[in-house]
Amino acid sequence: MSGRGAILGRVRASLGPRDEDAARAAVAARLKRHPRNLVPDRANVGEAERVEMFVSQIEATHASVARVAAPDDVPAAVAAYLAQHNLPAAATLAPDVADLDWGSQPLLEARTGVPAEQDQVGVTAAFAAIAETGTLMLTSGRGSPITLNLLPDNHVVVLRRSQITGSLEDAWDALRASGGDAGMPRTAMFVSGPSSTADIELTLYLGAHGPRRLHIVLIED
Amino acid sequence: MSKRPRVGLFVTCLVDLFRPSVGFAAVKLLEDAGCVVSVPDAQTCCGQPAYNAGDRRDARAIAENVLHAFEGFDYVVAPSGSCAGMIKQHYPQLFESDATLGPLAQAVADRTYELTSFLVDVLEVESLSAAYEGTVAYHDSCSSLREMGVRDQPRALLAQIDGVDLADIPDGEACCGFGGTFAVKYGDISAQIVGKKAANVSSTGAGTLVAGDLGCLFNIAGKLKRDGSAIEVRHVAEILAGMTDDPPIGEA
Amino acid sequence: MQPTSRQFHENVDKALHDADLQTALFRVDKNFTSRRTAAVTAMPEFEALRDDAVRIKDHTLAHLDLYLEKFEENVTANGGQVHWASTPEDARRIILELCQAAGARTVTKGKSMIAEEVALNPFLEANGITPVETDLGEYIIQLADEPPSHIIGPAIHKTKEQVSDLFVAHHEKYGKTKRLTEGVDLVAEAREVLRPRYLEADVGITGANFLIAETGTSVIVTNEGNGDLTQQLPRTHIVIASLEKVVPTLEDASTILRVLARSATGQQMSVYTTFSTGPRRPDDPDGPDSYHVVLVDNGRSKLLGTEFQDILRCIRCGACFNHCPVYASIGGHAYGWVYSGPMGAVLTPTMIGIEEAHHLPSATPFCGRCEAVCPMRIPLPKMMRHWREQAFDKKLDTARQRLAVKAWAWVAQRPALYRRLTGLAVRYLAWRGRPLGRMRDLPFAAGWTDARDLPAPQGQTFAAQWARRRGAKG
Repeated sequence: MSGRGAILGRVRASLGPRDEDAARAAVAARLKRHPRNLVPDRANVGEAERVEMFVSQIEATHASVARVAAPDDVPAAVAAYLAQHNLPAAATLAPDVADLDWGSQPLLEARTGVPAEQDQVGVTAAFAAIAETGTLMLTSGRGSPITLNLLPDNHVVVLRRSQITGSLEDAWDALRASGGDAGMPRTAMFVSGPSSTADIELTLYLGAHGPRRLHIVLIED
Repeated sequence: MSKRPRVGLFVTCLVDLFRPSVGFAAVKLLEDAGCVVSVPDAQTCCGQPAYNAGDRRDARAIAENVLHAFEGFDYVVAPSGSCAGMIKQHYPQLFESDATLGPLAQAVADRTYELTSFLVDVLEVESLSAAYEGTVAYHDSCSSLREMGVRDQPRALLAQIDGVDLADIPDGEACCGFGGTFAVKYGDISAQIVGKKAANVSSTGAGTLVAGDLGCLFNIAGKLKRDGSAIEVRHVAEILAGMTDDPPIGEA
Repeated sequence: MQPTSRQFHENVDKALHDADLQTALFRVDKNFTSRRTAAVTAMPEFEALRDDAVRIKDHTLAHLDLYLEKFEENVTANGGQVHWASTPEDARRIILELCQAAGARTVTKGKSMIAEEVALNPFLEANGITPVETDLGEYIIQLADEPPSHIIGPAIHKTKEQVSDLFVAHHEKYGKTKRLTEGVDLVAEAREVLRPRYLEADVGITGANFLIAETGTSVIVTNEGNGDLTQQLPRTHIVIASLEKVVPTLEDASTILRVLARSATGQQMSVYTTFSTGPRRPDDPDGPDSYHVVLVDNGRSKLLGTEFQDILRCIRCGACFNHCPVYASIGGHAYGWVYSGPMGAVLTPTMIGIEEAHHLPSATPFCGRCEAVCPMRIPLPKMMRHWREQAFDKKLDTARQRLAVKAWAWVAQRPALYRRLTGLAVRYLAWRGRPLGRMRDLPFAAGWTDARDLPAPQGQTFAAQWARRRGAKG
């Protein structure tokens, strides 16, 4: 406790005298209301524009997007993606996507759970997506092992059109609304493209440690 | 403007000592534009060398002299973004806790201008009669750019000069490496920085380099001449006033 | 890390003559400045966002104790634990104890400047625990046993050839004996070599770009995903962060994130921006079992309320480095300690003392570009000038420089004397400049004349000529 007391004591001494009640009230108010600061105009557009903005933004980061009409079309889209990139027809699924019609793809070896070291493909569901920056919001939870977003070299994210919000602030509101009493998940990951590095002579290379490929299957629901 | 503006010219120590023709060019430009120009006797230096060396006491003493010398004018104009910036941005800070000098510093600061921005923003000079043939590169000094909001104004004035073809210097916002005593104290770093600036200036193909600050100009000219460049270096006021009979900076 | 800031002149000389470094610095200059400009131009609200970011940080600093308490409350409520470290020694000791409690043999690390500041790695090694840097740049300099040279690209001073050499020397023990020359192959080998390290690590240590009081959350920002692998795979996740990283709410973090990546690399958002709150939840299939945040003071509490307070707004974006003509000439190592560039020139003396570090705030032309591009509007030149005032009072400059400044100031306060002396001086210098109108050398001015000519004065002062003209007019 001495470290804590010493540090807080020094902070208070340096800040000097202040109206303590007003200070506490200001802090409590800001935390309770969590007001938005300026949100760029670009994030406040209608639904159709939002979706197109998300797609073009995330494609610009070297991710790819495939559009399907309904959830049942997702497994076929995944199989097609694997074939397109000469990947073995095998994928590790997050429980959240395990109920999709994988039976329609009998040649695709799909198993559900946390990734094993040699897994090449992970398929997970997004919590939301953000149009402003072309970003996926992936959260941890019973149905979404967070390491599935990181370990396999190829990451496929299943996203419904209705999950695409305008701004990061919209995404937080969505999370607050969905959580009930649960509060924050252990992890909320905002992903804007495949893993990259420019640490060698400032040249961009993909697949530094996280996935080399990021593919989004967008359900036009 | 019905009354002729009364301008106190802050000559600057570099102009005073190294290139007085710039001072006379400034006087001509101001008088041609209808000002009554005075040059207070008591001025020497704006105090920036002491200020930047951390010698606040001397800086304040020098600044106090400047404030008293320039109290009574409608405007204080300097052919230098650096010195004008010292008066405008830093004098109020030097005296902010002083009950008498604080308001005086603010009052003088509010009336202080760099030369080219004064000609354009206040006097609205639109038809300079000088002529100068050739491609001219204009260097933005850091203090002009970042302390005094000077960028478009000198270019607007140069555009009025018959025969001038204006060239943009690549990486134009980059420092030239002068920085006052920095150029001597850390001369090797300064030389590296001015080397890049000189190369960028040369790459424009311009025959003439101008700027609004003599510190930058002496620094870049020094490098250009050491490298054997034929580029002529002048203060922008010389071109604008049509006073280019004197040799360029660093030449005879 | 032992500072070498006192040997600044020697460091600079070495840096200026290092051809590989100069090539790397040229690349940094070209890349980062244009990218930031493009990103800023593309966002009409950028200036307003800077203002919001400043307000958020200033409000937080004014209530820092209260927000830190709230942060701790929420970390605890989510199953995590906060530890308070006044000094680097405290931070090292706390982290060592946590690692020992976890039975750690190896720990993976995300990039963290505060970990460098408290010299964590050598301490862990001395205590039998192996730290493995996972950020590719940090990994490279770990192999080279060098400090970082830039806060977001620690190995930008290295050429590809140097990286190839390091890999072939250090990866032999993993059975990799081929010397790779292509960047894509080097990255692939690093990925291959580090993957088992991620999986076997007992503890993952990350820094934090933000700590969020509202939710008890730590935020990291990477492009590689190394920070995410570091903090999700091991059983224990330790966050090390300095006090001023705290912001009030998720919305406040979102605002500052908007200016962070744009200022750093010109991206809208880094590839991975991850918010971590506590250990895994009971139903989570993966994630760490325990979550610790080590808050480090190391002098920051004492900066509050002083003329250096504003440096606590720094979000470590690196924009000031990327636009600094001095950094572009000498690189990060020449500054001699953990933090270089303009923010380093302000922060370093607060930690190692102005006597040791006085060259850093002194070696700048005050061009002001750092302040112009700082997303948090930190008045860096002003604070460097405050350091110069302290250095002047402590007489840290050379006697000759001090004398020159004081002599000039003394004469400048005496106009009549000034006129006489300067009249003589310029006549002399004009004579010295004949016949070319410039000098190749001048006593006491070697710093100038080694690489430049000194243009000669015209020969008479303006004051003298003006007085004559006025006299002639009667």
